[in-house]
Amino acid sequence: MKLTFTVEDEAFRAEIAQWLRTNLTGEFAALKFRGGPGDEHMFTAERQRWEKRLAAGGWTGIGWPLKHGGRGCSIEQQVIFHEEYARAGAPGRVGHIGEGLVGPTLIAFADPEQQAKYLPAILAGTDLWCQGYSEPGAGSDLANVKTRARRENADNTWRINGQKVWTSLAHESDWCFVLARTDSESVGHKGLGFFLVSMHQPGVTVRPIEQLTGTSEFNEVFFDDAVAADLIGEPGDGWKIAMALLGFERGVSTLGQQMQFQNELDEIVRIAKSNGAARDPLLRQRIAEAHIGLRLMRYNAMRMLSHTSTESGPEALVYKLHWSSWHRNLGALAMDVLGPEAEILESGPYNLTRLQSLFLFTRSDTIYGGTSQIQRNIIAERGLGMPKEAKGNLR
Amino acid sequence: MEFRFSDEQKMIRESARTFLHEVSTSAAVRQAMATESGYDPALWQRICEELCFQAITVPEAYGGMGLGQVELAIVLEQMGQVLLCSPFFSTVGLAVNALVLGGTETQKQQYLPEIAAGSLTATVGWTGAATAHSGGQWGCEAISVEWQETEDGYCLNGDLRYVIDGHTADLLIIAARGKDCKEGDTVAWFAVPATAVGIEREWQPSMDQTRRLARIILRNVSLPDSARMTAQTDGSKLLTQIVDLAKLALAAEQMGAAQKVLDMSVAYMQERVQFGRPIASYQSLKHKAADMMLKCEVSRSAVYYAACVAQEYLAECNSQQAVLALREAAAMAKAYCSDTLFYNAGSAIQLHGGVGFTWEYDVHLYFKRAKASELYLGAAPAQRELIASMLLD
Repeated sequence: MKLTFTVEDEAFRAEIAQWLRTNLTGEFAALKFRGGPGDEHMFTAERQRWEKRLAAGGWTGIGWPLKHGGRGCSIEQQVIFHEEYARAGAPGRVGHIGEGLVGPTLIAFADPEQQAKYLPAILAGTDLWCQGYSEPGAGSDLANVKTRARRENADNTWRINGQKVWTSLAHESDWCFVLARTDSESVGHKGLGFFLVSMHQPGVTVRPIEQLTGTSEFNEVFFDDAVAADLIGEPGDGWKIAMALLGFERGVSTLGQQMQFQNELDEIVRIAKSNGAARDPLLRQRIAEAHIGLRLMRYNAMRMLSHTSTESGPEALVYKLHWSSWHRNLGALAMDVLGPEAEILESGPYNLTRLQSLFLFTRSDTIYGGTSQIQRNIIAERGLGMPKEAKGNLR
Repeated sequence: MEFRFSDEQKMIRESARTFLHEVSTSAAVRQAMATESGYDPALWQRICEELCFQAITVPEAYGGMGLGQVELAIVLEQMGQVLLCSPFFSTVGLAVNALVLGGTETQKQQYLPEIAAGSLTATVGWTGAATAHSGGQWGCEAISVEWQETEDGYCLNGDLRYVIDGHTADLLIIAARGKDCKEGDTVAWFAVPATAVGIEREWQPSMDQTRRLARIILRNVSLPDSARMTAQTDGSKLLTQIVDLAKLALAAEQMGAAQKVLDMSVAYMQERVQFGRPIASYQSLKHKAADMMLKCEVSRSAVYYAACVAQEYLAECNSQQAVLALREAAAMAKAYCSDTLFYNAGSAIQLHGGVGFTWEYDVHLYFKRAKASELYLGAAPAQRELIASMLLD
């Protein structure tokens, strides 16, 4: 067991830290600590320019293979990049869905022509992507998607009809990857396809969802005979590809996410010290518990990333349940440390402070990406070999 | 960065697991529980001869294996799984660290090879009646034995409580404060053969029967100069070091036990049928089991991280950064694993239903060990307060 990084890795750390110091200035200085979860709707134009700046510096697709235009960085270097990125307070990435999800998926499943068509614009930070998975009737039960894909005989294109929901940043995106039913008779995991659909066409309508935060990161997206530019793999491969994509989501970016959590905890600690909450025995316990939880989350992630085989260990199975519960508790702790001042808005009519936003937005952490209840089912069934939940037959 | 076991460490784990599951069966544990010593000397000798676990952290120069804290944690995890009744925790988890960190060269040469050979057991005693004040104090404020200089050495007087294996250990390593002094800097350490004149030892029967606690009364115990341990580090600092390493050792045991009660519960729920289906298929029970597994996995990360930190610390004891890193990592592991084992053992009783409440099933042994281990060296709130003081004060 070795917990330290090599000299080469530390040099890499110095390089990215220096680059961020030099570049996160001028018009980008205002973006520090902005645009993360709960704040994704802010500064989108500036953050798109920042994405291009990153691309120009060669800091997009750092984990992608060299032959696809990436930087081919090791896991350790990717971890370091995410740590330094978050430590510097660099803004939430508008390109993270393209870089972290679409890119790896296309590299694994698309043909060379499709790869050449989409990957360069993701790396350049020019094309933004959103995810078309959930539907009103397909939340936890994702395989229940009803959106249909129909092959048009006239021009041999696929046409998409249906509704997606909880689509982050759909209103800013150029492209959407859509899970849709290619076989209209099919049910469940079978008969699905994985499509790439341009958002800039008459058949696509985006409607923002007003969240309990008063802001709108999530959207409803309606497809009305929208043209799909590409089908990845074959009709019927959709579920396999969709699941592989979710696997890419739980990768190295987790340590960067933790650095952002650390920034939040640091602010709470700073407030507790200045307003006297640090002397309250019960708040001290909760602050210490938050600190311990975050540190242990980091060690869990280090275990995850140290796996030599492709098969993930039991610590990966519990990861989402752990961080989401921890983060939700942190939001409540922030309010309790602030006391009555926690209520006062940044400004009217409903502009939340960063910590208010943390408190409210973290209620979604235990819902999206698999609710805590679904996570517990998965842990019990895959991790402990307990019987699967029975399926009902209501459609 | 490689936060995973080496092949050698995996081998140690496998041999420990295989051997301990074979010998420390429920029947063996219950037999040991019924004895005054609290362990089976024949089994302890087998462990010493066949697996040499007692020598694991003894430096090679003193006849040991010279392995590190990670290997120690691996062995302790497996011992926790089967609630092994043995003087291992007291001898290796406490006394070997005390000798290695605070013994004189002569003491190391005298005692460590004997421990490594399996012919000597030892424990550390510092806790007096004051240990039970304020819900548990385990630092210098707990020290009750007083030392005085005499013409040809030292004289000790006092009353120790809660000393693990204190009534059976061959060697007692005792912390004492200068007579009439209350300051921590007068804390001194002594290596005392249990046969010394003036020592009276008595088993304190306890709720957790898988580990023995003892009371040791010292009445004018006179010791030669050579019994005093090194003064290189001040005595209170040595106590902190011993306690920090012991917290880690205890957390490793707790983590192993927490995994075991989860495994037992899942196995029981798969077998037990009610309303025509195994109760393992009920979602409320699955979710309880999932929470138990989460706590186990996070505990595992906590223990092995702390073990790595402890190993680095032992390599460079004098760095203040290493001291603080160990203190934090050990407190975090002890806090999290204490809560985990108590939660898991309590849940295991519930998941077993009525049979979980019987003497016949083993679940209660884990539940009782959970509370004992939680309280020893300070429960989670005390550990969290330590973290809070590092963070906030």
